[in-house]
Amino acid sequence: MRRIGDAPIVRRLLIGAALLLSALFLLLPLVAIFAQAFSQGVAVFWANVSNTFTLHAIGLTLVIALMTIPICLVFGVALAWLVTRFSFPGRRILQTLIDIPFAVSPVVAGLIYLLLYGRNGWIGSWLDTHDIQLMFAWPGILMVTIFVTCPFVARELIPLMQAQGSREEEAAVTLGASGWTTFWRVTLPNIRWALLYGIILTNARAVGEFGAVSVVSGAIRGQTNTLPLHLEQLYQDYNAVGAFASAALLALIALLTLAAKAGLEWRASRREAFS
Amino acid sequence: MSIRLQNIAKHFANTQALEPINLDIHEGELVGLLGPSGSGKTTLLRIIAGLENADRSPQPGKILFGDRDVTNVHVRDRRIGFVFQHYALFRHMSVYDNVAFGLTVMPKKRRPSSGEIRARVFRLLEMVQLQHLANRLPAQLSGGQQQRVSLARALAVEPDVLLLDEPFGALDAKVRQDLRRWLRRLHDELNFTSVFVTHDQEEALELSDRVVVMSNGRIEQIDTPDTLYRAPKNRFVFEFLGDVNHLEGRVRDGVLTCGDAHLNVDLPDGDEELLLRPHEVRLAEEPSPESHLPVTITAISPVGAEVRVELEADWLAKPWQATVRHADFERLHMRRGQRLFAHPRQWHRFKEDAKTPEQQARVA
Amino acid sequence: MSQLAFWRSGSTRVLPGFGLSMGISVLFISLVLLLPITGLFGQLANLSLAEYFAIITEGRVVASYMVTIGAAAVAALVNAVFGLLLAWVLVRYEFPGKRLLDALMDLPFALPTAVAGITLATLYAGNGWVGNIIEPMGFQVAYTWVGIALAMAFTSIPFVVRTVQPVLEDLPAEVDEAAMSLGATDGVAFRRVIMPHLWPALVTGTGLAFVRSLGEFGAIIFIAGNMPYETEITALMIFVKLQEYDYAGASAIASVVLFVSLALLLAINIWQGRFVRRLHGGKG
Repeated sequence: MRRIGDAPIVRRLLIGAALLLSALFLLLPLVAIFAQAFSQGVAVFWANVSNTFTLHAIGLTLVIALMTIPICLVFGVALAWLVTRFSFPGRRILQTLIDIPFAVSPVVAGLIYLLLYGRNGWIGSWLDTHDIQLMFAWPGILMVTIFVTCPFVARELIPLMQAQGSREEEAAVTLGASGWTTFWRVTLPNIRWALLYGIILTNARAVGEFGAVSVVSGAIRGQTNTLPLHLEQLYQDYNAVGAFASAALLALIALLTLAAKAGLEWRASRREAFS
Repeated sequence: MSIRLQNIAKHFANTQALEPINLDIHEGELVGLLGPSGSGKTTLLRIIAGLENADRSPQPGKILFGDRDVTNVHVRDRRIGFVFQHYALFRHMSVYDNVAFGLTVMPKKRRPSSGEIRARVFRLLEMVQLQHLANRLPAQLSGGQQQRVSLARALAVEPDVLLLDEPFGALDAKVRQDLRRWLRRLHDELNFTSVFVTHDQEEALELSDRVVVMSNGRIEQIDTPDTLYRAPKNRFVFEFLGDVNHLEGRVRDGVLTCGDAHLNVDLPDGDEELLLRPHEVRLAEEPSPESHLPVTITAISPVGAEVRVELEADWLAKPWQATVRHADFERLHMRRGQRLFAHPRQWHRFKEDAKTPEQQARVA
Repeated sequence: MSQLAFWRSGSTRVLPGFGLSMGISVLFISLVLLLPITGLFGQLANLSLAEYFAIITEGRVVASYMVTIGAAAVAALVNAVFGLLLAWVLVRYEFPGKRLLDALMDLPFALPTAVAGITLATLYAGNGWVGNIIEPMGFQVAYTWVGIALAMAFTSIPFVVRTVQPVLEDLPAEVDEAAMSLGATDGVAFRRVIMPHLWPALVTGTGLAFVRSLGEFGAIIFIAGNMPYETEITALMIFVKLQEYDYAGASAIASVVLFVSLALLLAINIWQGRFVRRLHGGKG
């Protein structure tokens, strides 16, 4: 079969350019992270990772991610179900609103939460009189993390559920299945991989969020420091090796995310080939 | 421009799509490539177009357009017009721009002036009766209209040969009929050499000067529609060109027996399978000395010039189809469940093992 | 039409869960997305119009707009070309390492921005692997706007690749073949037949990359140098105002950023919808 651009010279030239640019632009930074982290040996890397403050930052980051995921999951599934299974006025508006966190600068995201729930905000001041502090504490970090990660699950599910249509669910209902049974036994098996990928993306972003979290966290070492904030502090303190040790942990999560995505895609393409 | 293929073969990975093929298509001819899916007909058409390369080994084949060897000529320089199965219109371009495309991409020294391009495009649009839709986008046209645009686009560059891949496949029956006749007229007027691919035997027989019947990457027969239908060279061609009734049985002393049915045949002893077209089955209330084939009517479809009747019997593995004139239908008061006797007017027989398939037909 | 569909589906809604999913979605969107934005307007209400304009047109702030928009525009344009190349290569060619390259495309989305930030800064600093080579040649990337553009390009390249790639995949082979059978050379066919199909996706992807670059923070601040009037981005201006407890100033600038990004997002959505409808004859 002939296609445009299949002349050998063109082919080689374009592939060569793509590989070279990707190596310089994407691969080199990835290699640099680990090279820096281990530049003074494994022992130093280990010492940096097992440092009390680093361990605390890891713990806080994981707890925040673990709390974010179920909330985003419920919201994402509900929204996807709503916009793909029903038609109602305002459906398109809902779908546009869900993109807001992608467009809003993380710093602005942090700021609007700070303004509302901070000591001077109209909710914050009321909370303050009741001795509840959300900002510069972990609840604030959780809130902005939910803000920046909430679109991922829905964005993965909506195109898939739209493509699948609602015929199977309708069939289940005509066979007498209740709403929950229909969801658990018909819908969920069809969307579980997209759901899993949405969770993986949510996790990656929750673990790595920097801009929004740095506005609301206060970055108190051993208290409200997440891993990205921790590595920034180390970097500003000219402890590059320490910063890159934390960076390497985060990069590892990123690599696992990429591997999981490649695996899920491979699985999907194999299933397509069978059917 | 005549087309000559010599020793053209094609492999895809480990499967042989085409066995080495030789084919001559005369200047001005309209030839249909007919076969079931997977028979290699589309591959052959795409090789003629230059969209696929034929195998270079074990021996390289050759493709000639007239005296010009185009075997190694790129599709863009082969001077062909190709009409795609799903039209492949450029959906971002208007009808006019689609038809003009081939002219506007010519190298500067061959390219006609813009006035001339305009005149030629409108001449073509007039020919396909779409000049009033020149500014529409393809998505705003019906399937039949898109097909005509795609034909005008292919003809705009004045190709040496016109190649059409299942040109009417995606259209509904009525539009298909009209377009078929219209294409035939156009071909007769302009007298270019055309090759088209189809899986529809009716379309191939109605439209072509000659039909190339293919199966499993082989050419089974090349003939005019008339010869093809009356004198199929082998069983595949016979079966592919129309409905077939089978009669299997054992011949002994000139009588073929199958359950309680029997038929006098002039054949040596042994197992036999006879084939009959539906119109070769006559129905009567009584058996004859020649044949005793009791059948029961299971379905009746009185649509069209003749009545189609489905017949079943204990001695038949698969039901038979018979076509009956409306006059006979009324005379015999045919109804479902009625028992009648079938009388072959003629039957056919193909020897599987013979190298040149032998066909026998006799009037019963 | 949508009104009609609404009433029709309203009377025959077969599947359960409309109320529940609507409740969760609306509650969540209101609380998480919309309510906090009111906080911004509440803060802005404390400012007079004159004060507001004074803040958002102050010299240093305007300079930060210029730096941000200029670098984001350069990054988006570079990504348009680079992303198109990558999408083309990934869809049209087979070569060893293709799956790896494909996976690598998502790295900037998966890698936390702060990690990208310190890594790029380290690589391109005078003593870094790359800075080491290019600074003696007279190219300074770290602590200049080029570094800002580089960081922006890094974080937003997947937008272009991942928007163009599926469109290119869906382009049937027949489109290539039709163009070639009509005598078009590869260059002409690419320009006149393939590009018109890719434009909407390419513009959308580039637009999203631009929007993302305008708001990017973590990846940039380490490599930017953050010199007032020179290499200070708008997101950092907001951050600086906050650290000075100037909430009003931060809110004013944030409102500009928020407005611009939402307007761009809306424009991209509308434009994309129009284009799709036009090519599919109103059915899309």
